[in-house]
Amino acid sequence: MNAPLSHKTPDARLQGIIKLAILAVGGQGGGVLTNWIEDLARANGYAAQATSVAGVAQRTGATVYYIEMAPAAGGVPIFSLMPAAGDVDVMIAAEMMEAGRSIMRGFVTPDRTTLIASTHRSLAVSEKMVPGNGIASADEVMAAAEIAARRFIAANFDQVAVKQGSVISASIFGALAASGALPFPRSAFEDAIRAGGKGVEASLRAFNAGFDAAVNGVQSEAAPAPKPMAKAAVSGPARLKTEWDRLAARAAALPGPVAEMALPGLEKVVDFQDLAYGTEYLDRLDKVLAQDRAENGWALGREAAKYIANALCYDDIIRVADRKTRAARFARIKGEMKVKDGTLMQLTEYFHPQAAEISGMMPAAMGARWQADPAKMARLTRWFDKGRRLRSDSLTAYVMLYVLGGMKGWRRKTLRHQQEQTHLHRWLETALSYRAANYDLAVEVLRCRRLVKGYSDTHSRGLSKFDRVLDGIALVANRADAADWARRLREAALKDEDGTDLDGAIQTIRSFA
Amino acid sequence: MAERSFKAEVEHLRKGAGETFTGEGILAITKALLENGVGYVGGYQGAPISHLMDVLADAEELLGELGVRFEANANEAAAGAMLAASVHYPIRGAITFKGPVGVNVASDALANLASGGVTGGALIIVGEDYGEGSSIMQERTHAFAMKSQMWLLDPRPNLPSIVKAVGHGFELSEASNTPVMLTVRIRACHVTGSFECKDNRAPTLPVAEALANPRSDFKRVVLPPYSFVHEHEKIDVRWPAAEKYIRDNQLNEFFGPEKSKIGFVLQGGMYNNVIRALQRLGLADIFGNTDIPLYVLNVAYPLVKDEFLEFCEGKESILVIEEGQPEFIEQTLTTYLYRAGSKVQVEGKGILPMAGEYTGQVLLDSITAYLKKAAPDMVPAMVRAPNQEAPQIPDLSKVVPIRPPGFCTGCPERPIFAAIKLVQKELGKHQIAGDIGCHLFGSLPPFEVGGQTMGYGLGPAGNGAFEGGGKKRSIAMVGDGGFWHNGLSSSFTNMAFNKADAVAVVVDNYYSAATGGQDIMSSRAKNPTKATNNPISKALEGIGIKWVRQIDRTYDVTHMRNVLREALTTPEKGPKVIVASSECMLNKQRREKPLTAKAIKDGRRVETPRFGVDEDICTGDHACMRLSGCPSLGLKVLDDPLRDDPVASIDQSCVGCGNCGEVADAAVLCPSFYEARVVHNPSAMETRIAKWRDGIIGWLQARRAARRLNFGEAA
Repeated sequence: MNAPLSHKTPDARLQGIIKLAILAVGGQGGGVLTNWIEDLARANGYAAQATSVAGVAQRTGATVYYIEMAPAAGGVPIFSLMPAAGDVDVMIAAEMMEAGRSIMRGFVTPDRTTLIASTHRSLAVSEKMVPGNGIASADEVMAAAEIAARRFIAANFDQVAVKQGSVISASIFGALAASGALPFPRSAFEDAIRAGGKGVEASLRAFNAGFDAAVNGVQSEAAPAPKPMAKAAVSGPARLKTEWDRLAARAAALPGPVAEMALPGLEKVVDFQDLAYGTEYLDRLDKVLAQDRAENGWALGREAAKYIANALCYDDIIRVADRKTRAARFARIKGEMKVKDGTLMQLTEYFHPQAAEISGMMPAAMGARWQADPAKMARLTRWFDKGRRLRSDSLTAYVMLYVLGGMKGWRRKTLRHQQEQTHLHRWLETALSYRAANYDLAVEVLRCRRLVKGYSDTHSRGLSKFDRVLDGIALVANRADAADWARRLREAALKDEDGTDLDGAIQTIRSFA
Repeated sequence: MAERSFKAEVEHLRKGAGETFTGEGILAITKALLENGVGYVGGYQGAPISHLMDVLADAEELLGELGVRFEANANEAAAGAMLAASVHYPIRGAITFKGPVGVNVASDALANLASGGVTGGALIIVGEDYGEGSSIMQERTHAFAMKSQMWLLDPRPNLPSIVKAVGHGFELSEASNTPVMLTVRIRACHVTGSFECKDNRAPTLPVAEALANPRSDFKRVVLPPYSFVHEHEKIDVRWPAAEKYIRDNQLNEFFGPEKSKIGFVLQGGMYNNVIRALQRLGLADIFGNTDIPLYVLNVAYPLVKDEFLEFCEGKESILVIEEGQPEFIEQTLTTYLYRAGSKVQVEGKGILPMAGEYTGQVLLDSITAYLKKAAPDMVPAMVRAPNQEAPQIPDLSKVVPIRPPGFCTGCPERPIFAAIKLVQKELGKHQIAGDIGCHLFGSLPPFEVGGQTMGYGLGPAGNGAFEGGGKKRSIAMVGDGGFWHNGLSSSFTNMAFNKADAVAVVVDNYYSAATGGQDIMSSRAKNPTKATNNPISKALEGIGIKWVRQIDRTYDVTHMRNVLREALTTPEKGPKVIVASSECMLNKQRREKPLTAKAIKDGRRVETPRFGVDEDICTGDHACMRLSGCPSLGLKVLDDPLRDDPVASIDQSCVGCGNCGEVADAAVLCPSFYEARVVHNPSAMETRIAKWRDGIIGWLQARRAARRLNFGEAA
């Protein structure tokens, strides 16, 4: 696309000015990149000027660097000190949302701008704080970039650089060389890195990788293939395997959309407890399916398959201990921490058991008695309620966790199990009670199970939100738009920690219900 | 200073005649000071002039050779007071700080200086922090120049102009016995370019020599009746002298054709961006040759009336381009024209926005609007009738999140704010005063601790009204930088003297961290030229504060919270001060990273910690994020159809500070966090024991795996 400029510039030499802006997040090496580009320009007979706004903005905030260059002949060109909307030739965004910000600020225009963006995300605090999913949509930015930029070069330049033991400034510099937006040969870029003198080898490796990634575009970073269904790698004693195959076949025989969830659900449930638990799962699912039909797309069955599995696999001490002691976990962490031959790894777990969790592990009747008795609970608090750092690579701690993780036989007797079963039952009953009058509402109520998560206080807060949402739904259950309200309530509950949004939504409901 | 060396920059300062300097604006100023025979330099660090201070601090040898005295002043007031050396002695002195906060702090000293006047050139270099990226209130230094009558230079933002302004600044100061302010905007401080060097020049009268031959003159002391005399002197003697110097030396510049019905009057600092707008309109070429006459005010105060009126001769209208409000320059120029009975129309604010930064777009739009009104014939055809519609670019304002600055990875201040958030969960919301420094980020999400800030070192003083106590105690934050800058006297003696029943937390990270990691009184590093290692707690004892708790590892969130709770609930009356100390992670990493790498290479035993999250144990509630905000703690979308919410994830930038684990423990969040410590070069014995242990653990794992169903690699 070669649209004419919106302002005529009679001085043809003005066309020779190349304007390049860099929008980076603090700590990404934007200053180093700026120096390279400036040195590159000067070494190749260009006049160049760079500016930046550092200050506290460099502490993880967004920072702008700006460079202008022009052939140095006949005088001193007057360069601007800041990028202007509609007047940027090369926009480098070292993070996806910063690419979005550069578009918002008008630095990316279809008539002239080459946008080089790293597709990786460095999440803003506001995205991370949300109890649900607050991650901003990179797809929308990608789509806008395709429209806004004359050329759009995107790849995960952060990953590219990290793989080469370097930082993103080097791989992006490679992408800039590959873009051809600057009138200098590749070797001149490499010379600029060499002239910089620091970490030259790693930077050159990342430069080359960035160059290749830019040439290959986004394809180089293939989207992760969807996880194959649980069938592949199930192994174990023959007796268990036979029974598993039978259960898996039963799940696979369910209607398509349901089976898609039921297979991983079954795997999760069996892994959590045992095959009998898996059978219970499928039995419960069958009861829901008896009320579902193909013409509804099996939405009810599909959500039930997902959330019953999640509800059955509650987070108790046994599960945590089991997970923490598996061989695959140790292998994964060693891989992530790059533990090589000749080095060792120490592993410290951060636990903080509370009275409710301990009493939950008691036999149901006894646990209930203890939980009803404040003095007894205070005693538990005194004994157990403190932070415990366990070195799970040491024998004592490992064996303790190992024993706890092996107590699955005990689990069904515990108070926690009884509580979870009751809650599960009540939730399913509530959902199904809406089924006859309002199918969509029943589906939404099933989805509300998403609100129950976490440990200790977080878990109780989740439960309380769950209860408030279900109470709110009950108020509007007779309305035609009840399902819509249920969805809104659930989404509000996932917006903030204290449920302020949820309270607001419930107030709205009370105003008309 | 700190852990960074500026030796390479110092070499630039040694360049002599015939050599070319290439680098940043602020370093060019530093070089120009030496070329102009400066006798002493002082200041207080802060963006965007920190570099000047940092480089001079490392240039001790060079300064010694020239006989130049350098002081890293305790604050801007101390820096301003230092210019007293130029009152009686013909010594050139320069000080520097961030404006206008620096000018605020220094205003007492500067007002006294300006009243008595100076003999030697006195230059106040102000890094004007206005517009994008600024961390301070948006105000103009200009007002201070006017109220105290100090001349204000605002040179065009290129290195030769800035360097020239330093020399003229000293001469103008001496010619008019008036201190001169040189304001350099933030981008001009960081702008790169070149200039031709001159030889460095030793001061004609070194301070040591002046000290040996003291002078005084009671007429320069700001006391009646002489203070009244000073006031008249300013107007009758110094002002005309300044005007004469400015005109004789052509400090202000004229560009463009002599004859035109319109013209622009602009601050020197606006020059490049105004030219860019004219270039885009086709009214200037690449070298800045313009079709519109420009009167560039490299001296923004005083305004030279005759020079201005001559510029206006034959014009129908002018546009005044003056960034910031109120429009001091425009008002003065309008008055000049009115009193001269002129019919020239003045445009300025109105066409240009009253407030905010004059960005490229603002200037382009405003100048276009002005031309349409005042000289439609000069508007290029494309602007008059654009024949192409700009394409519709999707609105991303609802998508792209804001990204305010926050604590760095591993910052020792993060756990302090996590602890305050936790203690407020127990005891309810408290009145909390913030202060200037990195710790002010604690007032932003996710912590939202602190509701206001009154100035550097003024956190506890900002709670003065609440210090009588009541049902709840107030809490005030202050950094170690703020403590020594001003806090010890203005905040802590204030608390002690008034028997404040309140809590103050001193965030001690061993440096003046936000300004670049300079050493301060309580820094733990050995500094050959500065007195360091003076504990804050001792200073507090010295002024009679009894309840002082020293915390030496802020990452211990549980302890931090317990001490806070004690401070808030103890029946003991009087000030309660918690000194929370842990080294700034940015500086620590800068120092330790190369040492660690070397130790590993040399075969010494080193443990490197990093944190991780068990993603199948994390339930995706993100409670940990609300007590952290650490850049290395992010989210990961799982490839699991059963999971709705992304889980916590720690990337390889983690420095293993421990905040995640400590917070998970203190707030009883979840058991997802673990610390993995890689032991490099372990001893033979250690390796043998580990092997034996791993053997047993491996056997146990295999035993269990053999008795159950195993689903792939899920861990």
